[in-house]
Amino acid sequence: MSSPIYLDYSATTPVDKRVADKMCHYLTMDGTFGNPASRSHKYGWDAETAVEQARADVAALINADAKEIVWTSGATESDNLAIKGAAHFYSKRGKHIITAKTEHKAVLDTCRQLEREGFEVTYLDPQEDGLIDLADLEAAMRDDTILVSIMHVNNEIGVIQDIAAIGELCRSKKIIFHVDAAQSAGKVEIDLQKLKVDLLSLSAHKVYGPKGIGVLYVRRKPRIRIEAQMHGGGHERGMRSGTLATHQIVGMGEAFKIAKEEMASENKRIHALRDRLLKGFEDMEELYVNGNLEQRVPHNLNLSFNFVEGESLLMAIDTLAVSSGSACTSASLEPSYVLRAIGRNDELAHSSIRFSLGRFTTEEDVDYTIKLLKEKVEKLRLLSPLWDMYKDGIDLSTIEWAAH
Amino acid sequence: MAYSDKVMDHYENPRNVGTMDNDESGVGTGMVGAPACGDVMRLQIKVDEQGIIEDAKFKTYGCGSAIASSSLVTEWVKGKSLEEAGQIKNTDIAEELALPPVKIHCSVLAEDAIKAAITDYKEKQSDS
Repeated sequence: MSSPIYLDYSATTPVDKRVADKMCHYLTMDGTFGNPASRSHKYGWDAETAVEQARADVAALINADAKEIVWTSGATESDNLAIKGAAHFYSKRGKHIITAKTEHKAVLDTCRQLEREGFEVTYLDPQEDGLIDLADLEAAMRDDTILVSIMHVNNEIGVIQDIAAIGELCRSKKIIFHVDAAQSAGKVEIDLQKLKVDLLSLSAHKVYGPKGIGVLYVRRKPRIRIEAQMHGGGHERGMRSGTLATHQIVGMGEAFKIAKEEMASENKRIHALRDRLLKGFEDMEELYVNGNLEQRVPHNLNLSFNFVEGESLLMAIDTLAVSSGSACTSASLEPSYVLRAIGRNDELAHSSIRFSLGRFTTEEDVDYTIKLLKEKVEKLRLLSPLWDMYKDGIDLSTIEWAAH
Repeated sequence: MAYSDKVMDHYENPRNVGTMDNDESGVGTGMVGAPACGDVMRLQIKVDEQGIIEDAKFKTYGCGSAIASSSLVTEWVKGKSLEEAGQIKNTDIAEELALPPVKIHCSVLAEDAIKAAITDYKEKQSDS
Protein backbone atom coordinates (compact mmCIF):
# COMPACT_ATOMS: atom_id res chain seq x y z
CA MET A 1 0.00 0.00 0.00
CA SER A 2 1.41 3.38 -0.95
CA SER A 3 1.37 6.08 1.71
CA PRO A 4 -2.02 7.69 2.29
CA ILE A 5 -2.47 11.36 1.41
CA TYR A 6 -1.67 13.29 4.58
CA LEU A 7 -4.54 15.57 5.61
CA ASP A 8 -3.93 15.60 9.35
CA TYR A 9 -1.66 18.64 9.72
CA SER A 10 -3.46 19.67 12.91
CA ALA A 11 -2.22 16.47 14.56
CA THR A 12 1.35 17.13 13.53
CA THR A 13 3.32 18.37 10.55
CA PRO A 14 6.33 16.83 8.84
CA VAL A 15 9.56 18.67 9.65
CA ASP A 16 10.42 20.99 6.79
CA LYS A 17 13.60 19.77 5.03
CA ARG A 18 15.26 23.16 5.57
CA VAL A 19 14.62 22.72 9.31
CA ALA A 20 15.84 19.11 9.45
CA ASP A 21 19.02 20.01 7.54
CA LYS A 22 19.82 22.77 9.99
CA MET A 23 19.14 20.60 13.04
CA CYS A 24 21.69 18.03 11.88
CA HIS A 25 24.46 20.56 12.44
CA TYR A 26 23.80 20.67 16.19
CA LEU A 27 24.32 17.05 17.15
CA THR A 28 27.67 15.54 16.20
CA MET A 29 31.33 16.11 17.04
CA ASP A 30 31.86 18.16 13.89
CA GLY A 31 28.78 20.24 14.70
CA THR A 32 27.67 22.57 17.48
CA PHE A 33 26.90 19.93 20.10
CA GLY A 34 27.96 21.83 23.21
CA ASN A 35 25.88 22.52 26.27
CA PRO A 36 24.54 26.07 25.95
CA ALA A 37 25.03 26.45 29.70
CA SER A 38 28.78 25.78 29.48
CA ARG A 39 30.40 29.15 30.05
CA SER A 40 34.03 28.07 29.95
CA HIS A 41 34.63 27.14 26.29
CA LYS A 42 33.73 27.74 22.66
CA TYR A 43 31.50 24.64 22.41
CA GLY A 44 29.18 26.12 25.01
CA TRP A 45 29.35 29.67 23.64
CA ASP A 46 28.49 28.54 20.10
CA ALA A 47 25.55 26.49 21.32
CA GLU A 48 24.35 29.44 23.37
CA THR A 49 24.57 31.72 20.32
CA ALA A 50 22.43 29.25 18.34
CA VAL A 51 19.86 29.02 21.12
CA GLU A 52 19.64 32.80 21.42
CA GLN A 53 19.19 33.19 17.67
CA ALA A 54 16.34 30.66 17.78
CA ARG A 55 14.84 32.51 20.75
CA ALA A 56 14.88 35.71 18.72
CA ASP A 57 13.30 33.95 15.72
CA VAL A 58 10.46 32.53 17.80
CA ALA A 59 9.94 35.90 19.50
CA ALA A 60 9.82 37.63 16.10
CA LEU A 61 6.85 35.57 14.89
CA ILE A 62 4.75 36.66 17.87
CA ASN A 63 6.27 40.16 18.15
CA ALA A 64 7.62 39.53 21.63
CA ASP A 65 10.94 40.17 23.32
CA ALA A 66 13.39 37.25 23.25
CA LYS A 67 13.67 37.53 27.04
CA GLU A 68 10.01 36.53 27.29
CA ILE A 69 10.60 33.11 25.69
CA VAL A 70 10.97 30.04 27.93
CA TRP A 71 11.87 26.74 26.27
CA THR A 72 9.80 23.71 27.23
CA SER A 73 9.25 20.20 25.88
CA GLY A 74 6.10 21.19 24.02
CA ALA A 75 2.72 22.86 24.34
CA THR A 76 1.47 20.37 26.95
CA GLU A 77 4.32 21.31 29.26
CA SER A 78 3.82 24.99 28.46
CA ASP A 79 0.14 24.74 29.40
CA ASN A 80 1.02 22.96 32.64
CA LEU A 81 3.73 25.47 33.51
CA ALA A 82 1.52 28.46 32.71
CA ILE A 83 -1.60 27.32 34.54
CA LYS A 84 -0.09 25.58 37.55
CA GLY A 85 2.75 28.10 37.69
CA ALA A 86 0.47 31.13 37.76
CA ALA A 87 -2.16 29.51 39.98
CA HIS A 88 0.42 28.54 42.58
CA PHE A 89 2.21 31.89 42.49
CA TYR A 90 -0.94 33.99 42.77
CA SER A 91 -2.98 31.66 45.01
CA LYS A 92 -2.90 34.18 47.86
CA ARG A 93 -4.82 36.58 45.62
CA GLY A 94 -7.57 34.05 44.88
CA LYS A 95 -8.26 30.51 43.88
CA HIS A 96 -10.67 30.80 40.97
CA ILE A 97 -9.81 29.95 37.35
CA ILE A 98 -11.90 30.24 34.19
CA THR A 99 -11.46 28.12 31.08
CA ALA A 100 -13.69 26.60 28.38
CA LYS A 101 -15.08 23.12 27.79
CA THR A 102 -13.52 22.97 24.32
CA GLU A 103 -9.94 23.49 25.51
CA HIS A 104 -7.21 20.96 24.82
CA LYS A 105 -6.82 18.17 27.38
CA ALA A 106 -3.49 19.68 28.44
CA VAL A 107 -5.47 22.64 29.81
CA LEU A 108 -8.53 20.74 31.04
CA ASP A 109 -6.61 18.04 32.88
CA THR A 110 -4.27 20.62 34.42
CA CYS A 111 -7.33 22.49 35.70
CA ARG A 112 -8.75 19.23 37.09
CA GLN A 113 -5.51 18.73 38.98
CA LEU A 114 -5.76 22.24 40.44
CA GLU A 115 -9.32 21.46 41.52
CA ARG A 116 -7.94 18.54 43.50
CA GLU A 117 -5.52 21.00 45.12
CA GLY A 118 -8.38 23.23 46.25
CA PHE A 119 -8.76 25.64 43.35
CA GLU A 120 -12.18 26.30 41.86
CA VAL A 121 -12.57 26.16 38.07
CA THR A 122 -15.39 27.44 35.85
CA TYR A 123 -15.66 25.64 32.50
CA LEU A 124 -17.44 27.92 30.02
CA ASP A 125 -19.81 26.53 27.40
CA PRO A 126 -18.97 27.95 23.98
CA GLN A 127 -21.71 29.04 21.62
CA GLU A 128 -22.91 26.70 18.87
CA ASP A 129 -20.27 28.03 16.50
CA GLY A 130 -17.51 27.18 18.97
CA LEU A 131 -16.77 30.77 20.01
CA ILE A 132 -16.84 32.03 23.59
CA ASP A 133 -19.42 34.71 24.32
CA LEU A 134 -17.61 37.57 26.05
CA ALA A 135 -20.66 38.30 28.18
CA ASP A 136 -20.50 34.72 29.52
CA LEU A 137 -16.83 35.17 30.33
CA GLU A 138 -17.41 38.48 32.08
CA ALA A 139 -20.30 37.01 34.06
CA ALA A 140 -18.07 34.18 35.26
CA MET A 141 -15.38 36.56 36.57
CA ARG A 142 -15.26 37.01 40.34
CA ASP A 143 -13.19 38.96 42.81
CA ASP A 144 -11.08 35.89 43.48
CA THR A 145 -10.53 34.98 39.80
CA ILE A 146 -6.79 34.91 39.18
CA LEU A 147 -6.49 33.25 35.77
CA VAL A 148 -8.34 32.84 32.49
CA SER A 149 -7.11 30.21 30.03
CA ILE A 150 -8.66 30.25 26.55
CA MET A 151 -7.10 28.71 23.46
CA HIS A 152 -6.47 30.83 20.38
CA VAL A 153 -7.46 28.18 17.79
CA ASN A 154 -9.33 25.00 18.55
CA ASN A 155 -7.53 21.84 17.49
CA GLU A 156 -10.64 20.01 16.29
CA ILE A 157 -12.83 22.66 14.69
CA GLY A 158 -10.24 25.35 13.95
CA VAL A 159 -12.28 28.30 15.24
CA ILE A 160 -10.36 31.43 16.26
CA GLN A 161 -11.29 32.97 19.61
CA ASP A 162 -11.21 36.75 19.96
CA ILE A 163 -8.18 36.82 22.22
CA ALA A 164 -7.76 40.57 21.70
CA ALA A 165 -11.14 41.27 23.32
CA ILE A 166 -10.69 38.60 25.99
CA GLY A 167 -7.28 40.11 26.80
CA GLU A 168 -8.75 43.59 27.26
CA LEU A 169 -11.42 42.21 29.56
CA CYS A 170 -8.93 40.26 31.67
CA ARG A 171 -6.51 43.20 31.92
CA SER A 172 -9.30 45.54 33.02
CA LYS A 173 -10.05 43.15 35.89
CA LYS A 174 -6.37 42.44 36.63
CA ILE A 175 -6.80 38.76 35.82
CA ILE A 176 -3.91 36.85 34.22
CA PHE A 177 -4.67 35.63 30.71
CA HIS A 178 -3.12 32.44 29.32
CA VAL A 179 -3.55 31.40 25.68
CA ASP A 180 -2.79 28.01 24.19
CA ALA A 181 -1.59 29.03 20.73
CA ALA A 182 -0.29 25.63 19.59
CA GLN A 183 -2.75 25.56 16.69
CA SER A 184 -2.54 29.21 15.70
CA ALA A 185 1.16 30.05 15.44
CA GLY A 186 2.09 30.44 11.80
CA LYS A 187 -1.57 30.51 10.77
CA VAL A 188 -2.96 33.57 12.51
CA GLU A 189 -1.09 36.78 13.23
CA ILE A 190 -0.04 37.02 16.86
CA ASP A 191 1.21 40.45 17.95
CA LEU A 192 2.00 40.47 21.64
CA GLN A 193 2.77 44.18 21.57
CA LYS A 194 -0.93 44.68 20.90
CA LEU A 195 -2.58 41.64 22.49
CA LYS A 196 -3.04 41.73 26.26
CA VAL A 197 -1.96 38.14 26.67
CA ASP A 198 0.22 37.33 29.68
CA LEU A 199 1.18 33.72 29.02
CA LEU A 200 1.15 31.94 25.66
CA SER A 201 1.93 28.31 24.81
CA LEU A 202 3.61 27.33 21.54
CA SER A 203 4.60 24.06 19.92
CA ALA A 204 7.17 23.45 17.18
CA HIS A 205 5.72 20.34 15.58
CA LYS A 206 2.53 22.04 14.39
CA VAL A 207 4.64 24.53 12.45
CA TYR A 208 6.92 22.13 10.50
CA GLY A 209 9.41 21.93 13.35
CA PRO A 210 10.43 18.91 15.42
CA LYS A 211 8.37 17.21 18.14
CA GLY A 212 9.51 17.51 21.75
CA ILE A 213 10.11 21.25 21.84
CA GLY A 214 7.85 24.14 22.71
CA VAL A 215 7.79 27.57 24.29
CA LEU A 216 6.00 29.39 27.02
CA TYR A 217 5.87 33.13 26.47
CA VAL A 218 5.93 34.92 29.84
CA ARG A 219 5.18 38.65 29.70
CA ARG A 220 7.69 41.05 31.26
CA LYS A 221 5.68 44.31 31.07
CA PRO A 222 3.60 44.07 33.18
CA ARG A 223 5.68 41.37 34.75
CA ILE A 224 4.00 37.98 35.19
CA ARG A 225 5.40 35.57 37.74
CA ILE A 226 5.08 31.81 37.65
CA GLU A 227 6.22 29.11 40.03
CA ALA A 228 8.59 26.62 38.39
CA GLN A 229 7.31 23.08 37.95
CA MET A 230 10.68 21.60 37.02
CA HIS A 231 13.51 22.25 39.46
CA GLY A 232 17.23 21.87 38.84
CA GLY A 233 19.98 23.98 37.39
CA GLY A 234 17.96 27.16 37.25
CA HIS A 235 17.86 27.34 33.46
CA GLU A 236 15.48 29.73 31.72
CA ARG A 237 15.74 32.27 34.53
CA GLY A 238 14.63 29.64 37.02
CA MET A 239 11.31 29.02 35.34
CA ARG A 240 12.25 25.74 33.67
CA SER A 241 15.36 23.80 34.59
CA GLY A 242 16.95 21.21 32.36
CA THR A 243 19.74 21.25 29.79
CA LEU A 244 18.55 23.01 26.66
CA ALA A 245 18.04 20.70 23.67
CA THR A 246 20.08 22.75 21.21
CA HIS A 247 19.11 20.86 18.03
CA GLN A 248 15.40 20.92 18.91
CA ILE A 249 15.56 24.61 19.77
CA VAL A 250 17.41 25.45 16.57
CA GLY A 251 14.73 23.47 14.70
CA MET A 252 11.92 25.40 16.32
CA GLY A 253 13.67 28.70 15.62
CA GLU A 254 14.17 27.87 11.96
CA ALA A 255 10.59 26.60 11.60
CA PHE A 256 9.20 29.80 13.11
CA LYS A 257 11.50 31.95 10.96
CA ILE A 258 10.20 30.21 7.83
CA ALA A 259 6.62 30.60 9.12
CA LYS A 260 7.12 34.35 9.50
CA GLU A 261 8.48 34.66 5.97
CA GLU A 262 5.98 32.41 4.23
CA MET A 263 2.85 32.62 6.35
CA ALA A 264 0.95 35.13 4.23
CA SER A 265 1.42 33.37 0.88
CA GLU A 266 1.02 29.91 2.38
CA ASN A 267 -2.24 30.81 4.12
CA LYS A 268 -3.61 32.19 0.88
CA ARG A 269 -2.80 29.01 -0.99
CA ILE A 270 -4.16 26.69 1.71
CA HIS A 271 -7.29 28.78 2.13
CA ALA A 272 -8.04 28.33 -1.58
CA LEU A 273 -7.56 24.57 -1.25
CA ARG A 274 -9.85 24.42 1.78
CA ASP A 275 -12.54 26.36 -0.11
CA ARG A 276 -12.13 23.99 -3.04
CA LEU A 277 -12.61 21.02 -0.71
CA LEU A 278 -15.76 22.43 0.85
CA LYS A 279 -17.16 23.45 -2.53
CA GLY A 280 -16.62 19.91 -3.77
CA PHE A 281 -18.94 18.59 -1.06
CA GLU A 282 -21.56 21.31 -1.43
CA ASP A 283 -24.14 19.24 -3.29
CA MET A 284 -24.17 16.48 -0.66
CA GLU A 285 -27.22 16.00 1.52
CA GLU A 286 -27.02 16.17 5.31
CA LEU A 287 -23.54 17.65 5.40
CA TYR A 288 -22.67 19.85 8.37
CA VAL A 289 -19.72 22.15 8.95
CA ASN A 290 -18.72 21.99 12.62
CA GLY A 291 -17.70 25.35 14.05
CA ASN A 292 -17.78 28.86 12.68
CA LEU A 293 -16.56 28.93 9.08
CA GLU A 294 -15.53 32.62 9.02
CA GLN A 295 -13.64 32.84 12.33
CA ARG A 296 -11.50 29.86 11.44
CA VAL A 297 -7.93 29.01 10.45
CA PRO A 298 -7.56 28.48 6.69
CA HIS A 299 -6.36 24.89 6.84
CA ASN A 300 -9.10 23.28 8.93
CA LEU A 301 -12.37 21.76 7.77
CA ASN A 302 -14.42 19.70 10.22
CA LEU A 303 -17.45 18.08 8.61
CA SER A 304 -20.16 15.71 9.73
CA PHE A 305 -21.51 13.34 7.12
CA ASN A 306 -24.77 12.59 8.88
CA PHE A 307 -25.92 8.96 9.25
CA VAL A 308 -22.47 7.56 8.51
CA GLU A 309 -20.37 6.45 11.45
CA GLY A 310 -16.92 8.04 11.50
CA GLU A 311 -14.78 4.98 12.05
CA SER A 312 -16.39 2.98 9.25
CA LEU A 313 -15.87 6.01 7.03
CA LEU A 314 -12.19 6.15 8.02
CA MET A 315 -11.90 2.49 6.99
CA ALA A 316 -13.44 3.27 3.64
CA ILE A 317 -11.09 6.18 2.99
CA ASP A 318 -7.88 4.53 4.14
CA THR A 319 -5.96 6.13 1.29
CA LEU A 320 -6.35 9.38 3.25
CA ALA A 321 -4.83 10.22 6.63
CA VAL A 322 -7.53 12.20 8.46
CA SER A 323 -9.04 12.02 11.94
CA SER A 324 -12.54 11.48 13.25
CA GLY A 325 -14.52 12.80 16.20
CA SER A 326 -15.97 9.36 16.62
CA ALA A 327 -14.33 7.35 19.36
CA CYS A 328 -15.53 3.88 18.60
CA THR A 329 -12.02 2.58 19.16
CA SER A 330 -11.83 3.91 22.69
CA ALA A 331 -13.42 1.93 25.49
CA SER A 332 -15.62 4.85 26.47
CA LEU A 333 -17.52 5.05 23.16
CA GLU A 334 -17.79 8.76 23.86
CA PRO A 335 -17.64 10.91 20.76
CA SER A 336 -15.62 14.15 20.58
CA TYR A 337 -16.12 16.28 23.71
CA VAL A 338 -15.52 19.39 21.61
CA LEU A 339 -18.41 18.62 19.26
CA ARG A 340 -20.61 17.71 22.23
CA ALA A 341 -19.71 21.01 23.93
CA ILE A 342 -20.87 23.02 20.92
CA GLY A 343 -24.17 21.19 21.08
CA ARG A 344 -23.76 18.70 18.25
CA ASN A 345 -25.94 15.64 18.79
CA ASP A 346 -24.38 12.21 19.09
CA GLU A 347 -25.03 11.16 15.50
CA LEU A 348 -23.29 14.24 14.15
CA ALA A 349 -20.42 13.91 16.59
CA HIS A 350 -19.93 10.26 15.63
CA SER A 351 -20.10 11.19 11.94
CA SER A 352 -17.40 13.85 11.95
CA ILE A 353 -14.17 13.96 9.99
CA ARG A 354 -11.44 16.56 10.47
CA PHE A 355 -9.50 17.50 7.36
CA SER A 356 -6.45 19.64 8.04
CA LEU A 357 -4.44 20.78 5.05
CA GLY A 358 -0.87 22.00 5.00
CA ARG A 359 2.32 23.01 3.26
CA PHE A 360 2.51 19.91 1.07
CA THR A 361 -1.17 19.53 0.15
CA THR A 362 -1.90 19.84 -3.58
CA GLU A 363 -4.97 20.53 -5.68
CA GLU A 364 -4.86 16.91 -6.88
CA ASP A 365 -4.99 15.72 -3.26
CA VAL A 366 -8.10 17.80 -2.68
CA ASP A 367 -9.85 16.62 -5.85
CA TYR A 368 -9.10 13.00 -5.04
CA THR A 369 -10.46 13.51 -1.51
CA ILE A 370 -13.72 14.95 -2.79
CA LYS A 371 -14.28 12.09 -5.23
CA LEU A 372 -13.41 9.39 -2.70
CA LEU A 373 -15.51 10.81 0.12
CA LYS A 374 -18.58 11.22 -2.04
CA GLU A 375 -18.38 7.67 -3.30
CA LYS A 376 -17.80 6.10 0.12
CA VAL A 377 -20.35 8.18 2.00
CA GLU A 378 -22.97 7.15 -0.53
CA LYS A 379 -22.00 3.50 -0.15
CA LEU A 380 -22.16 3.62 3.65
CA ARG A 381 -25.45 5.50 3.65
CA LEU A 382 -27.00 2.68 1.63
CA LEU A 383 -25.86 0.43 4.49
CA SER A 384 -27.22 2.71 7.20
CA PRO A 385 -30.62 2.12 8.84
CA LEU A 386 -30.52 5.72 10.07
CA TRP A 387 -30.27 6.99 6.50
CA ASP A 388 -33.31 4.82 5.60
CA MET A 389 -35.27 6.31 8.45
CA TYR A 390 -34.23 9.82 7.51
CA LYS A 391 -35.35 9.18 3.93
CA ASP A 392 -38.68 7.86 5.26
CA GLY A 393 -39.13 11.14 7.10
CA ILE A 394 -38.67 9.70 10.59
CA ASP A 395 -37.30 12.09 13.21
CA LEU A 396 -34.54 10.12 14.93
CA SER A 397 -34.79 12.17 18.09
CA THR A 398 -38.33 10.83 18.69
CA ILE A 399 -37.12 7.22 18.89
CA GLU A 400 -36.38 5.59 22.21
CA TRP A 401 -33.02 3.95 21.71
CA ALA A 402 -31.72 1.19 23.91
CA ALA A 403 -28.33 2.58 24.90
CA HIS A 404 -25.75 -0.13 25.43
CA MET B 1 -6.02 -0.24 14.31
CA ALA B 2 -5.68 -3.31 12.14
CA TYR B 3 -8.72 -5.30 11.15
CA SER B 4 -8.77 -9.04 10.49
CA ASP B 5 -9.12 -10.23 6.90
CA LYS B 6 -12.61 -11.54 7.67
CA VAL B 7 -13.77 -8.17 9.00
CA MET B 8 -12.31 -6.48 5.93
CA ASP B 9 -14.02 -8.99 3.63
CA HIS B 10 -17.47 -8.45 5.20
CA TYR B 11 -16.90 -4.71 5.31
CA GLU B 12 -15.84 -4.50 1.65
CA ASN B 13 -18.49 -6.97 0.45
CA PRO B 14 -21.31 -6.97 2.96
CA ARG B 15 -23.73 -9.89 2.51
CA ASN B 16 -27.49 -9.53 2.48
CA VAL B 17 -27.77 -5.78 2.71
CA GLY B 18 -31.33 -4.62 2.39
CA THR B 19 -34.75 -4.01 3.78
CA MET B 20 -37.81 -6.24 4.00
CA ASP B 21 -41.38 -5.06 4.28
CA ASN B 22 -42.03 -5.24 7.98
CA ASP B 23 -45.77 -5.67 7.42
CA GLU B 24 -45.30 -8.80 5.36
CA SER B 25 -46.25 -11.99 7.16
CA GLY B 26 -43.29 -14.05 8.27
CA VAL B 27 -40.99 -11.05 8.64
CA GLY B 28 -39.43 -10.22 11.99
CA THR B 29 -37.40 -7.04 12.59
CA GLY B 30 -34.85 -6.42 15.28
CA MET B 31 -33.32 -2.98 15.74
CA VAL B 32 -30.73 -2.60 18.47
CA GLY B 33 -28.12 -0.08 19.58
CA ALA B 34 -28.29 3.70 19.67
CA PRO B 35 -26.85 6.54 17.61
CA ALA B 36 -25.39 7.92 20.85
CA CYS B 37 -23.18 4.86 21.10
CA GLY B 38 -22.23 4.98 17.43
CA ASP B 39 -23.91 1.66 16.61
CA VAL B 40 -27.39 0.87 15.27
CA MET B 41 -28.15 -2.52 13.72
CA ARG B 42 -31.32 -3.52 11.97
CA LEU B 43 -31.65 -7.23 11.27
CA GLN B 44 -34.67 -8.70 9.50
CA ILE B 45 -35.59 -12.35 9.06
CA LYS B 46 -38.19 -14.03 6.87
CA VAL B 47 -39.49 -17.26 8.35
CA ASP B 48 -41.25 -19.94 6.32
CA GLU B 49 -44.19 -22.11 7.45
CA GLN B 50 -41.89 -24.76 8.89
CA GLY B 51 -40.28 -22.17 11.16
CA ILE B 52 -37.07 -22.05 9.16
CA ILE B 53 -35.37 -18.70 8.42
CA GLU B 54 -35.38 -18.57 4.63
CA ASP B 55 -33.96 -15.08 4.21
CA ALA B 56 -32.19 -12.40 6.25
CA LYS B 57 -31.32 -8.77 5.56
CA PHE B 58 -29.44 -6.13 7.51
CA LYS B 59 -28.47 -2.50 7.60
CA THR B 60 -25.96 -1.18 10.11
CA TYR B 61 -24.75 2.24 11.19
CA GLY B 62 -21.51 1.63 13.00
CA CYS B 63 -17.84 0.84 12.76
CA GLY B 64 -16.37 -1.79 10.45
CA SER B 65 -16.62 -4.50 13.10
CA ALA B 66 -20.31 -3.75 13.66
CA ILE B 67 -20.98 -3.96 9.92
CA ALA B 68 -19.02 -7.22 9.66
CA SER B 69 -20.77 -8.76 12.70
CA SER B 70 -24.22 -8.08 11.30
CA SER B 71 -23.25 -9.20 7.80
CA LEU B 72 -21.92 -12.46 9.24
CA VAL B 73 -25.04 -13.26 11.25
CA THR B 74 -27.29 -12.82 8.21
CA GLU B 75 -25.25 -15.61 6.60
CA TRP B 76 -25.40 -17.76 9.71
CA VAL B 77 -29.13 -17.54 10.42
CA LYS B 78 -30.25 -18.44 6.90
CA GLY B 79 -31.54 -22.03 6.80
CA LYS B 80 -31.61 -22.28 10.60
CA SER B 81 -34.71 -22.85 12.72
CA LEU B 82 -35.67 -20.05 15.09
CA GLU B 83 -34.41 -22.12 17.98
CA GLU B 84 -31.04 -22.74 16.35
CA ALA B 85 -30.67 -19.08 15.37
CA GLY B 86 -31.51 -18.02 18.93
CA GLN B 87 -28.55 -20.02 20.18
CA ILE B 88 -25.92 -18.04 18.24
CA LYS B 89 -23.59 -16.56 20.82
CA ASN B 90 -21.66 -13.33 20.60
CA THR B 91 -18.48 -15.25 21.42
CA ASP B 92 -18.93 -17.32 18.23
CA ILE B 93 -19.19 -14.11 16.20
CA ALA B 94 -16.21 -12.52 17.93
CA GLU B 95 -14.13 -15.64 17.38
CA GLU B 96 -15.06 -16.03 13.72
CA LEU B 97 -14.17 -12.38 13.00
CA ALA B 98 -11.17 -12.28 15.37
CA LEU B 99 -12.52 -9.14 17.02
CA PRO B 100 -10.20 -7.33 19.45
CA PRO B 101 -11.46 -6.73 23.02
CA VAL B 102 -12.60 -3.14 22.31
CA LYS B 103 -14.88 -4.48 19.56
CA ILE B 104 -16.59 -7.27 21.52
CA HIS B 105 -19.63 -5.03 22.02
CA CYS B 106 -20.21 -5.24 18.23
CA SER B 107 -20.69 -8.99 18.47
CA VAL B 108 -22.94 -8.57 21.53
CA LEU B 109 -25.06 -6.19 19.51
CA ALA B 110 -25.31 -8.69 16.65
CA GLU B 111 -26.49 -11.41 19.05
CA ASP B 112 -29.05 -8.97 20.48
CA ALA B 113 -30.23 -8.16 16.94
CA ILE B 114 -30.99 -11.83 16.16
CA LYS B 115 -32.85 -12.25 19.45
CA ALA B 116 -34.82 -9.05 18.83
CA ALA B 117 -35.79 -10.15 15.33
CA ILE B 118 -36.96 -13.56 16.59
CA THR B 119 -38.94 -11.96 19.42
CA ASP B 120 -40.56 -9.55 16.98
CA TYR B 121 -41.52 -12.40 14.65
CA LYS B 122 -43.02 -14.44 17.51
CA GLU B 123 -44.99 -11.47 18.83
CA LYS B 124 -46.44 -10.86 15.39
CA GLN B 125 -47.44 -14.53 15.06
CA SER B 126 -49.25 -14.54 18.38
CA ASP B 127 -51.00 -11.25 17.54
CA SER B 128 -52.38 -12.55 14.25
